[in-house]
Amino acid sequence: MPDCRLPLAAPLASAPVEAPAELERPESTGQLLPDVPWVTIVWNDPVNLMSYVAYVFRAYFGYPQKKAEQLMLAVHHEGRAAVSAGSREEMERDVVAMHGYGLWATLQQDR
Amino acid sequence: MGWMGASAFRRARDGSVSLVLHPDEAPVLRGLLEQLAELVAPPEPADDDPLAALVGIGTTTSAPEDPVLARLFPDAYAEDELASAEFRRYTETSLRERKWADATTALATLDAPGPTYPLDDEQVNAWLGSLNDLRLALGTRLDVQEDWVSQIADLPADDPRQVLFGLYDWLSMLQELLVRCLR
Repeated sequence: MPDCRLPLAAPLASAPVEAPAELERPESTGQLLPDVPWVTIVWNDPVNLMSYVAYVFRAYFGYPQKKAEQLMLAVHHEGRAAVSAGSREEMERDVVAMHGYGLWATLQQDR
Repeated sequence: MGWMGASAFRRARDGSVSLVLHPDEAPVLRGLLEQLAELVAPPEPADDDPLAALVGIGTTTSAPEDPVLARLFPDAYAEDELASAEFRRYTETSLRERKWADATTALATLDAPGPTYPLDDEQVNAWLGSLNDLRLALGTRLDVQEDWVSQIADLPADDPRQVLFGLYDWLSMLQELLVRCLR
């Protein structure tokens, strides 16, 4: 597969808070399969505090408290939840940010 | 779990956050943070590739064998080893640097005389990250499950893991208090 996802531009220490109101993000350039978006999945784990996970969704993605808590509960009860969607590059940026916060996250194509 | 209960994160009316510790607790946190810094520190860059070292591209492509490190630096693709390896090569070094910087920043705040340690925003974020990394490390070592309170109850009183579970419990309380300060 052609390498369309490097470099990871955003510095880790100051992840931008873009505050998207919805999961969908604007199209980015260089996306190979615009019709099949990528998603960031956060997986449940027994260590991360529920309050902390909701805080991360609020602080990093800029989601309102209610949405952050709904996503956190989805992770907790269903074992995983898609927390953002967009190009592969964007999702790699989100995944590395989640790892920075200590959340267990992966990215995949949303088929 | 026998911890003194004096420790807390507090938020003042002006929004500033500080950590309050019992004098006996500061050295415990210091020791934990020193171990964390050592654990996450990036490996020395290879001398033969100064450019890679400069831009933070590592040579590591497989998940760490130590389960604690594997939890702190997980694979980014659940079902694609090659993509995970490539991702790791470009991200693990900077992720380690960030976690090391958090631990070091948190450590430095304990140089204040105490028992109250005032924190600026950067230091608050460093504590938030390091407390979580410490809980992930301890939790992985202890194989903590969702219902860890009953895990503790099932341990014999003289089991050495009792102390570690006590630390885990205490760190969890501290992190919960810190998250509440950020609301």
